[in-house]
Amino acid sequence: MSFMPYVAPEQMMKDRSEYAHKGIARGRSVIGLEYVDGLLFIAENPSATLHKISEIYDQIAFAGVGKYSEFEDLRIAGIRLADLRGFSYGREDVKARDLANAYSQALSNIFTQQMKPYEVEILVGEVDGDASGTAIYHVLFDGSVTDEHEFVAIGGHAEDLMDVLRSRFTAGWDLTTAVKTAVEVIGSPDSRTIEADAIEAGVLDRTRSHRRKFRRLEEPEIAALLAG
Amino acid sequence: MTDRILPLAGSSFGANPSFVDLLREARPEELAHLRQTISADAAGAVPHGTTVLGLIYGDGVLVAGDRRATSGYTIADDSMRKVFAADDYSAIAIAGAAGMAVEMVRLFQLELEHYEKLTGDRLSLEGKANRLAQLIRQNFPLAMQGLVVVPLFGGFDERRDAGRLFYYDATGGRWEEDDYQATGSGSQPAKNSLKKRWRPGLSRDEAVRVAVEALLDASEDDVATGGPSVYRRIFPIALAVTATGADEVPESEVEAAVTAVLEERS
Repeated sequence: MSFMPYVAPEQMMKDRSEYAHKGIARGRSVIGLEYVDGLLFIAENPSATLHKISEIYDQIAFAGVGKYSEFEDLRIAGIRLADLRGFSYGREDVKARDLANAYSQALSNIFTQQMKPYEVEILVGEVDGDASGTAIYHVLFDGSVTDEHEFVAIGGHAEDLMDVLRSRFTAGWDLTTAVKTAVEVIGSPDSRTIEADAIEAGVLDRTRSHRRKFRRLEEPEIAALLAG
Repeated sequence: MTDRILPLAGSSFGANPSFVDLLREARPEELAHLRQTISADAAGAVPHGTTVLGLIYGDGVLVAGDRRATSGYTIADDSMRKVFAADDYSAIAIAGAAGMAVEMVRLFQLELEHYEKLTGDRLSLEGKANRLAQLIRQNFPLAMQGLVVVPLFGGFDERRDAGRLFYYDATGGRWEEDDYQATGSGSQPAKNSLKKRWRPGLSRDEAVRVAVEALLDASEDDVATGGPSVYRRIFPIALAVTATGADEVPESEVEAAVTAVLEERS
């Protein structure tokens, strides 16, 4: 029989929280921000195939930072939930809020019950109708959810990036300005210039005629936007 | 999810990108009807969609269908849609038991979208065509009781840079055509018409006209196929799939083709 030494719950939560924080702080960041046609997600990501930003449903996108295998799990679970909901009810009944709640529940359970917490932070973004229908939910490794407005940064240098965004963000940017500024902001903590091939970006464009509003910006397009 | 089937070190190995498998696992009741036994009367009484066709043309493939559904000698619906975009680069047209067929299209569309979102890649056209065969085979017990679903599937193969056309039988048999094909109750007259009018490298306008003419011929020889109706504004629906994607042919273009064919014959 094995005996677990007694650890006070406060201490246990504190240790887990520190562990998760450390894991997330090692990784790169993702920025989500509103632009004139919807939502832009942008990240520094040298891999062109291992994505941090992806489509969940018609009007919903996902972005994750931290441990790839863990936010990939969350992404897949999100797509499964959304597709099942949309099939059982109607496509318009799939909402980012429900998804954020599901993520929150799952991460909270993992945080308290599993051996180790997930070292992830995620964003769930949604566009719906006009600009007032835009939402960004930010879910932390312990399941806490916040409803963000206009812009948010998660991951390694989140605090620094948020400071820069606060001073630079203005509502109503076009895509070019949004991408250029976001790339500058991501490089700002260590004053780097990040090239287009190390940038991953996706938009939820509410003006898109397609039912699926998510669109990945490929490298040539990003390069053109940065040059423009 | 076939997670139980592909374990590695006690946990799941790989994420199954199939929506149908997910549905079977998470909501088995949604697919339970596939194992039901029904009477022949009941099978005959549900609406059946009739004639659809597909043809290869210069830019890709065109898939078209009439608008009628019948149950027995009754016209159940004269403005039914039987041609759908399956995803951005393929289209599906259905004949047979309408309710099952429409549900199959919905499942197939989701299957393709789910795969694309999960893996980050679109399925190859070959992969899509095979997946559809499996969906039809799943329906086999009901097909044997009269609820047959026989689709046509057309898509643009991005790797071969060409339009391709597949047709299926009730057992899930899958065959590829390099010219044209029709299925449903009016398929024979439609095929006779296509045989005379189709030739390689048709332009889009010609392809729409050939398709419309074949559907008109089918409607003249088959009671279950609906003809175009100018005064009720009911025209066949056609989808063109090319390198730029699957787009519905605007009604004005179909109407122009119908008018041209009718004028030639008057």
